[in-house]
Amino acid sequence: MPYALCFLLFVIGLYCAVVKKNMVKIVLGILIMECAVNLFLVMLGYRHDGVAPIIDRAYYDPGTGQIAAGFINNSVDPLPQALVLTSIVIGLGSLALMISICIRIYEKYGTFDITQIRRLRG
Amino acid sequence: MSIPLPVFIAIPLTTAFVLPMFGAKGKAAATVVANLATLSLLALAIACIGQSGVYEVGKWPIPLGINLVLDGLSSLMLLAIGVVAAGAMLFSAGYMERYTAKSKYLSLFLLMVAGMNGLVLSGDIFNLFVFLEIASLASYALVGFGCGHEELEASFKYMVLGTVASLFVLLAIALVYGNTGVLNMAYISKAVQSSGVNAGLGFALGLFIVGFGLKAALVPFHAWLPDAHPSAPAPISAMLSGVLIKTLGVYALARVVFNVFGVSVEVGWLLIVLGILSMVAGAFLAIGQWDIKRLMAYSSISQIGYVVLGIGLGALLLARGDSLAWASLAIFGGLFHLVNHAVYKSLLFLTSGSVEMSTGTRDLREMGGLAAKLPFTRTACTVASASIVGIPPFSGFWSKLILIIAAVQAHFYWIAAVIVFVSLCTLIMYLKVQRYAFLGELPENLERIEESRGTMRVAMVSLACLCVLMGSLVLVPGLRDAILEPAVKVLTDGVKYSAIAGM
Repeated sequence: MPYALCFLLFVIGLYCAVVKKNMVKIVLGILIMECAVNLFLVMLGYRHDGVAPIIDRAYYDPGTGQIAAGFINNSVDPLPQALVLTSIVIGLGSLALMISICIRIYEKYGTFDITQIRRLRG
Repeated sequence: MSIPLPVFIAIPLTTAFVLPMFGAKGKAAATVVANLATLSLLALAIACIGQSGVYEVGKWPIPLGINLVLDGLSSLMLLAIGVVAAGAMLFSAGYMERYTAKSKYLSLFLLMVAGMNGLVLSGDIFNLFVFLEIASLASYALVGFGCGHEELEASFKYMVLGTVASLFVLLAIALVYGNTGVLNMAYISKAVQSSGVNAGLGFALGLFIVGFGLKAALVPFHAWLPDAHPSAPAPISAMLSGVLIKTLGVYALARVVFNVFGVSVEVGWLLIVLGILSMVAGAFLAIGQWDIKRLMAYSSISQIGYVVLGIGLGALLLARGDSLAWASLAIFGGLFHLVNHAVYKSLLFLTSGSVEMSTGTRDLREMGGLAAKLPFTRTACTVASASIVGIPPFSGFWSKLILIIAAVQAHFYWIAAVIVFVSLCTLIMYLKVQRYAFLGELPENLERIEESRGTMRVAMVSLACLCVLMGSLVLVPGLRDAILEPAVKVLTDGVKYSAIAGM
């Protein structure tokens, strides 16, 4: 169920980016898509009643150097969290570039409406 | 292995961040440093021919850490990127003088090269996405570099479609990770072999094809390309059409389809259909254009169709279990066409930049009789046109011939007919360029124009020589065995990729 909702969010973002005429709304649509993908990645690693993936004394036996089986079975997968951090940083970079291009276009054309920004055709 | 793989990423990345420090006064020094960087990358790519190896970043063992993999296909792509980047950078030295922020341009250029080099070397699928975004972000900024009305509009359009494509790829990566639990491509391919392609993985494969198809500008995902490529400065158009769409689109697609998921009949047919659509639609749209760079951009769509057709035909034959020799030949033709197109299309865009710089217009109807005024540009453009049309002994002839032979041997006579027909359309569009730009009457307002000099001329002449010599890649057995055959073998081996790259 949460996966279906997440996919719905992705589709809403895609719809917004494809259908809307206002450039700022298109950018927002792309942001929604990005959030949906990030959410999906986080959910992949989520485990109900899981523990944080940090090995502390409760799970580690210094004498034998063994990690308790309960830790491996219960801990949340940390890799998707690392991926999401990377993808958020990339998203920030592309958002900054997109918004700055929007501002420059507004300075040139005086509008955010993409139906009026049509010098290129053919 | 003698060459540490991270230098391919480290050299352009470091140079890219050092260059803005030169400021407005150090423009000449910045240009020299940037040219040295691209030339050293080309030298390193040549040194890498025939080698293979795996590098573990930060000494983390595979599959925990990120790894860089050099195999035949990677070294072929590195070579193509090296050649085009060196040529375009040399051309930029003269061409970009009229723009104000030259050192910023040079650093974005190198950032794009770093992204592409990283992408072809990456053996980790999330790392592939990161480098894809580095190269894409740099290219969005470069398309809008002129900051005029049209540049900004094209850049926004390109950026929206490019970001959507990247998100498709990221979602597909998330699905693959959810289904297999690893990110290393060799391990993913092993997991896919044992589990088979289930619904989630099939959906991920579809998302990969759409995402990389958007990046490669295959019809029907091509809407951004005819705006974005002409709006960029000429050397960037050369980079975008020459290597960026191939690295981000075709290479990544081939890697995922052949080496990660393994070929299937459906995907083979899908690639063939996308390839043929791109070839025919691109060629028809190109003939009607009057803007010289727009015409070349549409012709890029058509030419990328040839590459995808060759690779798709190979995938289909491999999946059906037909003769391996003809499958290899189809892939060989596709990859050879990829390299050829990288050289001649970048040369065509450089000549269009030279024409634009001299005449101040890109409209073919306002030109004419430039042959006498721009002799070097004219020669280079004629050589490149002859190559793209496929006139023997120029390079394009050999790759198209190989594609046709492969199609006939596989009993797809209609595909061979389509290849010949699209070549005729290509002939018409480049005759149009020759006729309207270089022959005929010289308009009065163009009588005082001068041809570009110095490095721009060197760049055009050296790429033109390369166009003539490219045929030797297939005719000289030593060169063929060293450069093209290993790349073909990587794709025909398919999911056996895991044997070299992981364990």
